[in-house]
Amino acid sequence: MAKSIDVSDLHIYYGDFLAVEGVNLTVKSRSVTAFIGPSGCGKSTMLRSLNRMHEVIPGARVEGKIVVDGQSLYDPSVDPVAVRRQIGMVFQRPNPFPTMSIYDNVLAGSRLNARRLKRSEADAIVESSLRRANLWSEVKDRLGRPGMGLSGGQQQRLCIARAIAVEPEVLLMDEPCSALDPISTSAIEDLIHELKTEYTIVIVTHNMQQAARVSDDTAFFNLKAAGQPGRLVEFNPTRKMFSTPDEPSTEAYISGRFG
Amino acid sequence: MTSAPMVLSQARLPRWAPALVAVVSLALAGLPALLSGWGPVRWVFAAVAVFLVAMPLWSRLVEGRRAAVDRLVTGLIHTAFGLAVTPLVWLLYVVVRSGAPAINGEFLSVSMLNVIGAEQGGIFHALIGTLLITLAAAVISVPIGILTAVYLVEYGGRSRIARTITFLVDVMTGIPSIVAGLFALALLMLLFGPAFRAGIGGSIALSLLMIPTVVRSSEEMMRLVPDDLREASYALGVPKWRTITRVVLPTSLAGLVTGVVLAISRVIGETAPLLVVAGATDGVNTNLFDGRMTTLPVFIYSQYASSTPVGYQRAWGGALVLIALVMVLNLVARVIGRIFAPARGR
Repeated sequence: MAKSIDVSDLHIYYGDFLAVEGVNLTVKSRSVTAFIGPSGCGKSTMLRSLNRMHEVIPGARVEGKIVVDGQSLYDPSVDPVAVRRQIGMVFQRPNPFPTMSIYDNVLAGSRLNARRLKRSEADAIVESSLRRANLWSEVKDRLGRPGMGLSGGQQQRLCIARAIAVEPEVLLMDEPCSALDPISTSAIEDLIHELKTEYTIVIVTHNMQQAARVSDDTAFFNLKAAGQPGRLVEFNPTRKMFSTPDEPSTEAYISGRFG
Repeated sequence: MTSAPMVLSQARLPRWAPALVAVVSLALAGLPALLSGWGPVRWVFAAVAVFLVAMPLWSRLVEGRRAAVDRLVTGLIHTAFGLAVTPLVWLLYVVVRSGAPAINGEFLSVSMLNVIGAEQGGIFHALIGTLLITLAAAVISVPIGILTAVYLVEYGGRSRIARTITFLVDVMTGIPSIVAGLFALALLMLLFGPAFRAGIGGSIALSLLMIPTVVRSSEEMMRLVPDDLREASYALGVPKWRTITRVVLPTSLAGLVTGVVLAISRVIGETAPLLVVAGATDGVNTNLFDGRMTTLPVFIYSQYASSTPVGYQRAWGGALVLIALVMVLNLVARVIGRIFAPARGR
């Protein structure tokens, strides 16, 4: 079952440096939430804190609360590995495992955790994940070939298939289309529309049209000023955000007049 | 506003120009070589000097300054390459020429037990000794080395203990091999009494020399694994230790194997520590934990020290076998690296 995420009064630090300040927002279940804003304003940092990938970077820490399904993610008793099993992530650059075939890449979540799968189960998971990632018809005859042999767009869809093969509750996407051509981008946007019926999706994007096309809610992040921490400027349904935003700076950013 | 026509082409020397200059240089240098009776080495050196002056000069006149500098540096680099490769080729040539006559089936399959004077002896005991002692050294040092590298790359970060380990490993790299041998000897003496000699002592000494090499090379290789892959694995809910064993190590496997083989190549030719701690014997000893054991380098040393023609002959033969062993190891490492290189099919 897809879950909603409640973020309250979240501060994110890298060592002593405060990167993101005072974020409050709610990601609704079975919807797409887009994070937009200029580079360096903390969108990706914010996204990574949602499945505790943030703390992979040495010195990074979080204050405040993120509550998923009634549980606080940063409670001392919470196992970050368990969090990441429920909240999957797709990265900006496609990163299939170079030692694995396409088939094994899709199953990586199970294989790396040494979960035993029957051959028929494994085949079923691979096929359904690749079908949902719109990649099946392109690779079904070469599942044994290395994942690195695919094109950039195909690799990214392979990474999405890998992320949904473990059946997470939430899917986080960090600029999944920034390295892709318009055709692959459109394929992935279609995919996001389909996935929305089963998953809660959060996507970071630099592409305003993309945010408008795929998302239900949009969060606009910005720096207070140069050298200051990033903060959430406005969080509203996408339709309102792109027609009558509450904040003048949101309108300025969306319409291309910055600041 | 008028502008000068764009000039993109300029005079170039023909492709065969360097070859022509080389031939002319050899001929020019040959003249004094003939007159004053230089050997071939001085002749070649003189020809190289002539080439390094003539080629850039001609190029300067025809092609201009930048091309001339390019020709000069190209010439210097090739000279440096020749200087670097000559000793290696020469060494191989001499060892093969002197060692090949000694090699025959018996030389490889019998030991020196009860061999007197110029009778046919063999290196079988030394071959067994080298293989066993080096294998045991690898068994000791590869796990320690790779696990140390795993700690340094994945867990240590920039902590005080990680920096201390790195420093100590660097210090260890500089330990003279004889000191490692004396250390192993002292260790065995403390544990088993003063008269104790065993091959395993040699393995301990060699592993002291191997560990820093293995740590350093494995560390480099594992740092080359992109963080993207680690993050991809974490994001699938894979714990850190599985990420290391299933993603980081396999991805860097080819490099790890190469590093280990290089470390083995480095210690397989060690003489001093083995002479001290494993001693020398004429017979075959397959028990690492009891009795003296001869290795190839020690065999070469003792045969050479006998100062007899047949001893020299055996020493050259042993040297050739040792070099062949190291080359085979390197080839095996390359094949393994090729097999395990990333982007393999299923």
